[in-house]
Amino acid sequence: MNALTALPTAAPMSETRFAVEGMHCAGCIARIEGALGKLGGVAAARVNFSAHLVVVQHGTDVTTDAIADVIERLGFPTHLMRERDARGVHDESRALMKALAVAGFAAMNVMLLSVSIWSGAEGPTRTLFHWLSALIAVPAIAYAGRPFFASAWRVLRHGHTNMDVPISIGVILTTAMSLYETATGGAHAYFDGAIMLLFFLLAGRFLDSMMRARASDGVTALLKRLPTDVQVLRPDGTTETRLAAELAPNMRVLVAAGERIGVDGVVETGSAHVDRALVTGESVPERVTAGDEVLAGTIALDAPLTVRITAIGQDTVIAEIARLMESAGQGKSRYVRIADRASRLYAPAVHSLAALSFIGWMLAGASVHQSMLIAVAVLIITCPCALGLAVPIAQVVAAGALMRAGVLIKDGSALERLVEIDTVLFDKTGTITLAGLKPIAGLPEDPAERGALLALAQASRHPLSIAVRDAIEDATAASADDVTEQPGLGVEAMIEGQPARLGRADWVGIAADGDQVATAFQWGTRPVRLIQFADTMRADAPQVMARLKALGFAPMMLSGDRFAPVAALAARIGIMGTAGLSPADKFAFIARQAAAGKRVLMVGDGLNDGPALKRAHVAMAPATASDVGQLAADLVFFGDKLSPVPIAIVAARRTMAVVRQNFVLAIGYNVLAVPLAILGYVTPLVAALAMSGSSLIVVANALRLRGAAK
Amino acid sequence: MTGLAFLLPVALGLGLAGLAAFFWAARSGQFEDLDGAALRILIEDEDERV
Repeated sequence: MNALTALPTAAPMSETRFAVEGMHCAGCIARIEGALGKLGGVAAARVNFSAHLVVVQHGTDVTTDAIADVIERLGFPTHLMRERDARGVHDESRALMKALAVAGFAAMNVMLLSVSIWSGAEGPTRTLFHWLSALIAVPAIAYAGRPFFASAWRVLRHGHTNMDVPISIGVILTTAMSLYETATGGAHAYFDGAIMLLFFLLAGRFLDSMMRARASDGVTALLKRLPTDVQVLRPDGTTETRLAAELAPNMRVLVAAGERIGVDGVVETGSAHVDRALVTGESVPERVTAGDEVLAGTIALDAPLTVRITAIGQDTVIAEIARLMESAGQGKSRYVRIADRASRLYAPAVHSLAALSFIGWMLAGASVHQSMLIAVAVLIITCPCALGLAVPIAQVVAAGALMRAGVLIKDGSALERLVEIDTVLFDKTGTITLAGLKPIAGLPEDPAERGALLALAQASRHPLSIAVRDAIEDATAASADDVTEQPGLGVEAMIEGQPARLGRADWVGIAADGDQVATAFQWGTRPVRLIQFADTMRADAPQVMARLKALGFAPMMLSGDRFAPVAALAARIGIMGTAGLSPADKFAFIARQAAAGKRVLMVGDGLNDGPALKRAHVAMAPATASDVGQLAADLVFFGDKLSPVPIAIVAARRTMAVVRQNFVLAIGYNVLAVPLAILGYVTPLVAALAMSGSSLIVVANALRLRGAAK
Repeated sequence: MTGLAFLLPVALGLGLAGLAAFFWAARSGQFEDLDGAALRILIEDEDERV
């Protein structure tokens, strides 16, 4: 464990998980763990190569951004994983795996004994082997069968039934019947059948638990983003710090430059660029002056503001978004998974079939003992081994294939729901385009000038400066003196004895074009450079839209951005677009589609997409999405490409095709085997062969999905 | 038959030992990262040698 270093003090620890792209060899593991181990405050860092994760235990004084930065600087794109609480599911998986191990162990040993009985052991030897089988099987069934017994008991108490009821009855009846046979020296004991049944069913249940939906608690996290205390301006001009809960409309609050605004309100004095990305998803900061509205959750970037409160707490726009998300999430949890739907039909059929064969044989004059044996054989044969495996194995194999293609499935039923969609909607900013702005024109070529520009860009936290800095990172920054940032205007400094300015066009000395997002730069007497920005489209977006159209969808774009950029992008990728939508508008748009019977796939990233993502039938988000976007999404995709969207749809369709084939195989097997069982031809040997044979076929069929993500 | 009295407990005991080993391995996280475990053997120890 070369990455484990003990921390001297028992500082409060937290564990953070990062999704890391591009790890492909042992060297990557060593570099990441080594670099994180050297970071102060990090107690342990462990790469999970299979899951593309890095789990870091660190003191609370180390920020997650600092850790992500360390990994990024090694050249691996890194995203903080915001996970729905997975602990309960994890415990369940673990319990199931133990039960599976016990059932597997018992099945192997009982099978060894059974083979000698089938090959002709008789008399006292057979009875001895039956007793030994019972000795192994009964405790193993009592342990490994608990998940089924508990679940069956739970639903029976409420007068319902589920797949676990016939399973439990089948297993318990079979075991009791076999014990009776053993005690009376009978020929047929089904211990091997009962325990093998549990083994296969547990295998299916275990795979299923790995894909299980996780409870969402993301909405409350949203409101934690608001500041808890606010500077209130008293009428006499003094200020005091108040908790957000103690505010009332019409109070005036001070917002410092760089601070997140805690209330909805109207600007009274001051003018600043406001970053509205959290609420509206717009990537370009908007300039507000006296009389303009500002929203809670936005950031005053470059200058202080005085804001008169119009709404607080639950009345703010951001709280409204949280409420929309909560109500939308309730609708989605009503989805019934395909395996559960199948079992609702299946369970009563199995019960009545077994009961009918018992009654039938009694009427035909067989003894109670004889009829009971046949009824047990029917229960064993019809027990949904292959059926229980059919869905989870296909989904797990497909999820593995998608994981390798850069798509992470967060909700087990997402693949099933993805098949049903008939409408695909995209957000613009951060989804069809990449997150953040990029300079598209006007950067200087001359190395000296680039160095001067970098020196200025480094001095400011303005988003446009950061974008410039990221674009010319390869340049060597010139040394700058007297660096000053003029709020609302830009940065100026003396570089090699000549004045240099980076900032608003009219301030630097060039006419500005109103629509364009641009900043100007001038050094000494060199010509003024107008650096223009745009959010860059994901390179494969037009091809992705073409592929979606070929798949039979009419993709559309829903954006909160202004009309002009939306129209330009929509034309470029060849789809329809709608501009200027608020989060509630997006939500309402999807609700209307749903009311018209459409099933919507929403692809989006921002907080403003949260309600829409929650309301949609299936939701997908890029890994760069805001935490709200990630939490609301059922699938998360990595990388700079949009192609994971059609890939996931195609993989889901192929998965569902395999699931259907598996159902046909499993039911076909029953159609063949059940008449034999009812007629009384099924011995323990036949039952064991039929059961394992059908399960193996289903698993082999599902393995064909390994290459499904293309 | 005397052979059986000896062999059966041995067979069961070995099986149980395997089961116990699996429980231990699962508990200590040996199955968390199967691909990574295969690669880690290639990592050089960079501890300073004295």
